[in-house]
Amino acid sequence: MDKKLERILPRVQKPARYVGGEYNAIMKDKTQVDTRVAFCFPDTYEIGMSNLGMRILYGVMNNMEGVWCERCFHPWGDMEEEMRKAQIPLYALESGDSIGEFDVIAFSVGYEMAFPALLNMLDLAGVPLRSAQRDALTPLVIAGGTAMYNCEPIADFLDLALLGEGEEQIVELLELYRQAKREGWDKAAFLRRACHIGGVYVPSLYDVSYHEDGTVAAITPRDGAPARVRKRIVTDMDKAYYPSKTIVPSTEIVQDRITLELFRGCIRGCRFCQAGYVYRPVRNRSRELCAQYARESVEDSGYQEMTLSSLSTSDYRGLVELCDELEPFCEQKHLNLSLPSLRADNFSMALMERLQKGRKTGLTFAPEAGTQRLRDAINKNLTEDDLLASCRRAFAGGYSAVKLYFMLGLPTETDEDVAAIADVAAHVMHAWRESASNKNRGVRITVSTSWFVPKPHTAFQWEPQISIEEYERRVALLRERINTKTVTYNWHPSPTSFMEAVLSRGDRRMCAVLEAVHRKGARLDAWEEYFSLPRWLEAFAECGLDPHFYANRSRAHGELMPWAHIDVGVSESFLMREHDRCHEGVTTPDCRSQCSGCGANCLIGRACDG
Amino acid sequence: MAKLRLLFVKEAQASYISHLDLMRTFQRVFPRGGLELRHSQGFHPHPLISIVLPLPVGQSSDCELLDFEVEQDIDGTGIAEMLNEGLPAGLRVRSCYRVQRPARELALLRARLELDYDGGVPPGTTDALRELFSREEVLVEKRTKHKELTQLNVIPLLRSVEWTQEDALVRADVVVAAQNPGLNPALLASALTAALPQYAPDFARVRRIELYDAEGTVFR
Repeated sequence: MDKKLERILPRVQKPARYVGGEYNAIMKDKTQVDTRVAFCFPDTYEIGMSNLGMRILYGVMNNMEGVWCERCFHPWGDMEEEMRKAQIPLYALESGDSIGEFDVIAFSVGYEMAFPALLNMLDLAGVPLRSAQRDALTPLVIAGGTAMYNCEPIADFLDLALLGEGEEQIVELLELYRQAKREGWDKAAFLRRACHIGGVYVPSLYDVSYHEDGTVAAITPRDGAPARVRKRIVTDMDKAYYPSKTIVPSTEIVQDRITLELFRGCIRGCRFCQAGYVYRPVRNRSRELCAQYARESVEDSGYQEMTLSSLSTSDYRGLVELCDELEPFCEQKHLNLSLPSLRADNFSMALMERLQKGRKTGLTFAPEAGTQRLRDAINKNLTEDDLLASCRRAFAGGYSAVKLYFMLGLPTETDEDVAAIADVAAHVMHAWRESASNKNRGVRITVSTSWFVPKPHTAFQWEPQISIEEYERRVALLRERINTKTVTYNWHPSPTSFMEAVLSRGDRRMCAVLEAVHRKGARLDAWEEYFSLPRWLEAFAECGLDPHFYANRSRAHGELMPWAHIDVGVSESFLMREHDRCHEGVTTPDCRSQCSGCGANCLIGRACDG
Repeated sequence: MAKLRLLFVKEAQASYISHLDLMRTFQRVFPRGGLELRHSQGFHPHPLISIVLPLPVGQSSDCELLDFEVEQDIDGTGIAEMLNEGLPAGLRVRSCYRVQRPARELALLRARLELDYDGGVPPGTTDALRELFSREEVLVEKRTKHKELTQLNVIPLLRSVEWTQEDALVRADVVVAAQNPGLNPALLASALTAALPQYAPDFARVRRIELYDAEGTVFR
């Protein structure tokens, strides 16, 4: 081990996350590979290692002969400080080599608040931040992940972005890179070729001009780059790579279990939900294959907990049958199954009973809004009767804690909608009185509200975020209405949500802000410990940009969005229709009941599996 | 069912795995090899597995012991090879056998302590060390389990220590009390730094070498 590292590790919290060597970490002989990839996650080890996408692409890249993909995470503050003091550049966990020397530095960016961490990782690696400052082909700085559906705020720092699912395009991109390296192309030549790989977006090949009012006037491709870049997906989930043999961290991570992905996409069409739109179309993995992967990964990893994952797990056709099939195996291996993302309307108590073996902790539901009117407007398609029926079943079955998640500031929300959140909690309380199997244990009802952030590529991309003052007024209004001791109200005074709203719909001019805020010390800004609103506001002021222009402005349907050249498969006209229907209070049926023609099936050339 | 004991090495990257994380790691290692750990009875059953003498984070060891109970009736043959297939780097099982002696009979620990001096070892360091640890009382500050600072006299817990010097390094072969109470050999470096700051090392490194019972016989 590196001597400098040996000195600092005893002084930092949880040093095991900085040394690698975990079971199934892939070691290769660096003299026998021609392409080295530093696969970076702009957050801590514990968060990054919990990400299924990281694990999939780590496997995919390392399955390529001649390619060695290693992992790299953002160090926690104490470690960063020690590394800077000891002049240890950011290194990859497998080899311990500095990532600045790698061929490709690839980031997986799932959320906007990780942008400062991405910049800080480049800085820690000693790599110039701006693409234009990096003349050579290497290191090539690329990024993928959900936040890349609008990567304009960091466009100047990336050589290219990968849109959509990476399994296929990363292989094509790395092959092209190897060709470029063999044949000695310069970076510009490589990028001009790379932009023709499906899903690859090269920001430097697009000129963006602005109107005087600050809105985008035109996005003009250059050098033959495609006018629109369409995201890539895996068309057949039964042929998609699944990491049955995956790294088992030697230290506790956030999702310390097997994640079995049942399907991609979501049939529901909640109008606020970016994942619900950008992961379309729905594609199922067959039950047989799910069961096989479950067995393989449990046997290989030794994990005793597995989560059946998707955007809405109770919508998986054959969920009950899958659980039936896995039950004897679970029994034999002491394996606990967990089901996140259950909907309150088709929640099967019998299923939960079987899975939760004795441990009846809490249940969590997300009605999102307090009144039926508003739930219809956001197309949550959940009725209070459904919710209460599920709660009654849960209470009768011995559960004594329910968490309810809501958003404040949804489009069309009125004070009546806010106050009604308290009524929902009261009705849940009443349901407990009626049906609890053991009233002596009491009940805990937790209401949590978050501050709604409008996201690109959703029906609400035109909507303003409410101001912080208005958000706080609504919080106070709700707090006044919740006056029983059994109901706990949690809310975050989180200015992070404001900055998230700013960044998520930002344009390319914001790159200057990102650079400024980085210089001022922004790094792990997804963490409250590190986030500082004044620092962001200063950076905006220095760059002459108004954050409220991005967060709190209503956009007209005709406005050219900064991400207009990014095609996620869902048509803009569909989003406009959904937006209009919100204001009309009209719901749209889920994709299983009736196809609403969002357009995403064009990505698979057939009807989706909704 | 069987009560088994592992003798294993913990070094390099694995020396940074904390005690709790190491327990978790082994809980996953056993099922990979088809071993079914016995679980405690009760509302929240947990696997019956315990590490005899937890190693401070950052130290290495040739002689860690882990006790565990399995449902199968086996004597441990072949287990070491099987487990070594799937261990994190820096962990290596030396042997696996039925528990013969209770862990409480473990009394002494031999360790190697290395003191790094980046600018070369100051003249007279080893003499000063020999003098220091021949005193009746050498106090160090130590945090208790409850995070309070207390003063600990290391001398009664220190059975023997031999100091040697090479280049930029002073090495000690020490035997200390292992438990009830035990002495972390790294505290000798802290004691040196506190008592004779002019000889304070830049870094102290500890590796456990061997375990003994009260009679000085190797403990397994």
